[in-house]
Amino acid sequence: MNENPLLTLAGYFALLSLFAVGGANAAIPEMHRIAVDVMHWMNDRQFADMFAIAQVSPGPNIIIVTLIGYHVAGFAGAAVATAAMCGPTCLMAFFVARTWDRFKEARWRIAIQAGLVPVSLGLIAASAFVLARSADHNIYAAAITAVTAVVGFATRINPLWIFAAGGLLGLSGWL
Amino acid sequence: MNDSSRLHSDTPSAATLPSLSELFRAFVIVSISGFGGALPWARRKIVEQKGWMTAEEFNEAFALSQFLPGPNVVNFSVVFGSRFGGAPGAAVALAGLMGPPLIIVFVLAVLYAHFGDLEVLSRILAGITAAAVGLLMAVVAKMAAPLFRVRRDWAPFVAIAAFTGVAIMHWPLPWVFLVLAPVSVACAWFKR
Repeated sequence: MNENPLLTLAGYFALLSLFAVGGANAAIPEMHRIAVDVMHWMNDRQFADMFAIAQVSPGPNIIIVTLIGYHVAGFAGAAVATAAMCGPTCLMAFFVARTWDRFKEARWRIAIQAGLVPVSLGLIAASAFVLARSADHNIYAAAITAVTAVVGFATRINPLWIFAAGGLLGLSGWL
Repeated sequence: MNDSSRLHSDTPSAATLPSLSELFRAFVIVSISGFGGALPWARRKIVEQKGWMTAEEFNEAFALSQFLPGPNVVNFSVVFGSRFGGAPGAAVALAGLMGPPLIIVFVLAVLYAHFGDLEVLSRILAGITAAAVGLLMAVVAKMAAPLFRVRRDWAPFVAIAAFTGVAIMHWPLPWVFLVLAPVSVACAWFKR
């Protein structure tokens, strides 16, 4: 592919941003498909690494696009990917916010809101699946995932502690 | 401060209104304290500490941000900023939210480019990923519980279809979305 990588990044992420209902986590499978399967920008492990870095960085998790952009085309790539992922949806948010309150009780609005929830649920579940396939390559990693899922579901513990525990277990050579 | 932008909004019922610099600082703090998702911090700052919104207003604005495509917290900063300061408010809130994390992540990106192949680092990241995937599964379970309980019987099918299309079939997200979203919204419309 001899296209300008900046244009490719801008096109893919701008398009993706318009369909990612459910936020960064819902967009993960499509990012993975593009970055690993279609464009071969990186391998599975590198993608999983970037997901991990974005999770432990402060701020919105969507920052993974900045890491992908940097990997593909340096600082310019990072800037373009981030702007493409946030720009269209920010403009949309800006204009919709001005009219939204007026339709608070409208039936179509309630239908749209209710209708999109299961779509985002399916997409986020797909994220978990795609990432689990690259992360849980042995029984110990799968065990960490399973324990974390239960702890995350049953408690309101700060995720940072869970990440720290996972990182330490990884460091200790169990994985 | 832009007066007309304040006038256009009929919403702010909370007593105090933030200035642009207050908006910026609030979202800087939200962004750098928001490890693993910035929402709880946004709520704490905006509702509990500053009183810029009531809890109901916050939920309403956040529901809108979730319903819009794209990163939720980013949408929220735009919705919130524009409500109090029009376009400049939205820009300032967004800059506050994204600025510090971008600087940090640039540093991390450079470090990863240099040291990403180190055995130690990849082991640590593997552990973090395994844990983060578990948290993602917990999020899925929390979201799924009410859907399977409430009388929206189409919802599980849509969720499973979205999952299958994207995770198993590897179909592009836009196609899956354009087929499933209208179906799901139509079901929601007729089910009521």
